[in-house]
Amino acid sequence: MYVYDAFDRRLLAERVAEFRDQVARRLSGELTEEEFKPLRLMNGVYLQLHAYMLRIAIPYGTLSTLQLRKLAEIARKYDRGYGHFTTRQNIQFHWIKLAELPDAMAELASVGMHGMQTSGNNVRNITTDQWAGVAPDEIEDPRIWAELIRQHVTLHPEFSFMPRKFKIALGASSRDRAALRIHDMALRLHRNAAGETGFEVMVGGGLGRTPYLAQTIKPFLPKRDVLSYVEAVLRTYNQFGRRDNIWKARIKILVHDLGAEAFAKEVEAEWQGIKDGALALDPAMVAEIASRFRYPDYEKLDDSPPQLAKARRDDRGFDTWMANCVANHKVPGYAVVTLSLKPQGGTPGDCTAVQMDKLADFADRYSFGEIRVGHEQNLALPHVAQRDLPALWRELDAIGLAQTNVNLITDIISCPGLDYCSLANARSIPIAQEITQRFRDLDIQRDLGRLHINISGCINACGHHHVGHIGILGVEKNGEEFYQITLGGKADENATLGTLIGPAVPYAQVADVVEDIAAAYLELRQPPQELFIDTVKRLGVEPFRERVYAAR
Amino acid sequence: MTSPLDQKKIKIAGPVVITANRVDDGAVVYRSPDGRWTTELGAAAVAIDADSARALAEAAAEDDLNAIGPYIAPVSVLPGGHVRPGNLRELIRLGGPTIELPTPLDS
Repeated sequence: MYVYDAFDRRLLAERVAEFRDQVARRLSGELTEEEFKPLRLMNGVYLQLHAYMLRIAIPYGTLSTLQLRKLAEIARKYDRGYGHFTTRQNIQFHWIKLAELPDAMAELASVGMHGMQTSGNNVRNITTDQWAGVAPDEIEDPRIWAELIRQHVTLHPEFSFMPRKFKIALGASSRDRAALRIHDMALRLHRNAAGETGFEVMVGGGLGRTPYLAQTIKPFLPKRDVLSYVEAVLRTYNQFGRRDNIWKARIKILVHDLGAEAFAKEVEAEWQGIKDGALALDPAMVAEIASRFRYPDYEKLDDSPPQLAKARRDDRGFDTWMANCVANHKVPGYAVVTLSLKPQGGTPGDCTAVQMDKLADFADRYSFGEIRVGHEQNLALPHVAQRDLPALWRELDAIGLAQTNVNLITDIISCPGLDYCSLANARSIPIAQEITQRFRDLDIQRDLGRLHINISGCINACGHHHVGHIGILGVEKNGEEFYQITLGGKADENATLGTLIGPAVPYAQVADVVEDIAAAYLELRQPPQELFIDTVKRLGVEPFRERVYAAR
Repeated sequence: MTSPLDQKKIKIAGPVVITANRVDDGAVVYRSPDGRWTTELGAAAVAIDADSARALAEAAAEDDLNAIGPYIAPVSVLPGGHVRPGNLRELIRLGGPTIELPTPLDS
């Protein structure tokens, strides 16, 4: 866990006091909505269809139990008893009242949380692999660098009014669990031929109306230079990014229009002027940041304790959960446990205050007081001793968080859609719910294997539909909800954008279409177990298109 | 959200109301015939021509203290005078999410 210092605490306290004054002036009429809107957005306060929404950052997806209990309290006291985890390691409360927001923010600040830069044209919450610090294939913990960048860009005046928002993600493993290439900028820690550790820098990724994957503009950046190089990228974007057209304002458009090579040259020119200045990282400063990440005091344990094997033999449910939800940990004798927030018929990413409180209790007992939030809208307990897994499973099962659908067809990423969002054209959640009902049989899900469905209720693509194995995008046609289907997208280390299979289908047919696609896959896959995404890659979308539209 | 100014040239194809979000809590409200805001669609002022819709919208836009982003929204008036939202978005704004919300007291 990262431990806040006095500076962090003071900054949050001052921000809450400032916002309290702004809210009071809005409620008294001293501020018009036009004047107030940019101020509330700077604190993560949106207006949705039915109410204000508060979006709270969970930097690099790491939560303490103190913070999770506070989120439960906020949900109970100021909202409707639940929160919604998003695809960007944020949590949203959808029913919060304006007059109560300052009090809610003060409570959040007491545990080091806030909504700053969860909206607006600035650097948004910096995300990482949710298994940072525990993944066996990780080179080093990327959160230290994420935190360094976070501190630098928080309320940075030069980067508070950029052409458009700017999303940064970091990873440090061979497997990409942070969807790096769909970000405005991504930094991947790796080793070069000389065995030195540095960053691959990728820029210009993003979904929305014009989706692009980020391109590598610097294959290897020494760690000392990461802050100056990030600064150079941001400055280049700030200078050349378009401000005349919101649809062309993201860095992806600039990188595409200029070409990655030309963009890289501009960055390089900017960087050469600043790389050896104040932003060159002093190892002592990096060590100071690193020292504020507290790691658990792990016991010396062996992998695969005998009681674990026995428990797996004795209980099929536990064995299934182990196979689906439990991953290896870098420390022997420990495991990473993923908690699916995708119940059958439920809303992807929603978590009740009761669940949050209980989960905090479990994390204290079994995971050194730490919880992780992933961009797939699931949670994880990152430090569970393998000997404790049977007991943890029983406790999770009792509150509906031991579902074994992780990475399966019902583990759906979905934006809130038209049920909440004022930008949406169509509903997302009911589509997800119907699909989870259709595929409720776990044996069928497991037979289908790894299969990601991503759903967005509008072209802004918060539900990452372009990179779903099956992507579903809601559109409106003559007042009716229709859905475009794409196949073959993925957000991993081999990121790919999906291909549209044909005309949009009406709301009532979406789940049927998904069933048709799944049936076609089962017929077309090569034995023994070719994954859905590999079948689409091998055959293209044509056989699926034929299957879907033959009957329509 | 479309502002009334953007909607000045709108052609009214049927009955409409003026709707907005309440400043205090963001709740959906409708402009009433007496120049107030109500959460009841049935109590909203219904306009059936462009001039009266525009007049209602302009008056609503003046009330920045109580309502955010007023705009003209279609409705249908059923026999007997019952007013219904004119599209899905407005139906959801009036009735809330079409999904069952999590129940706070259980898991």
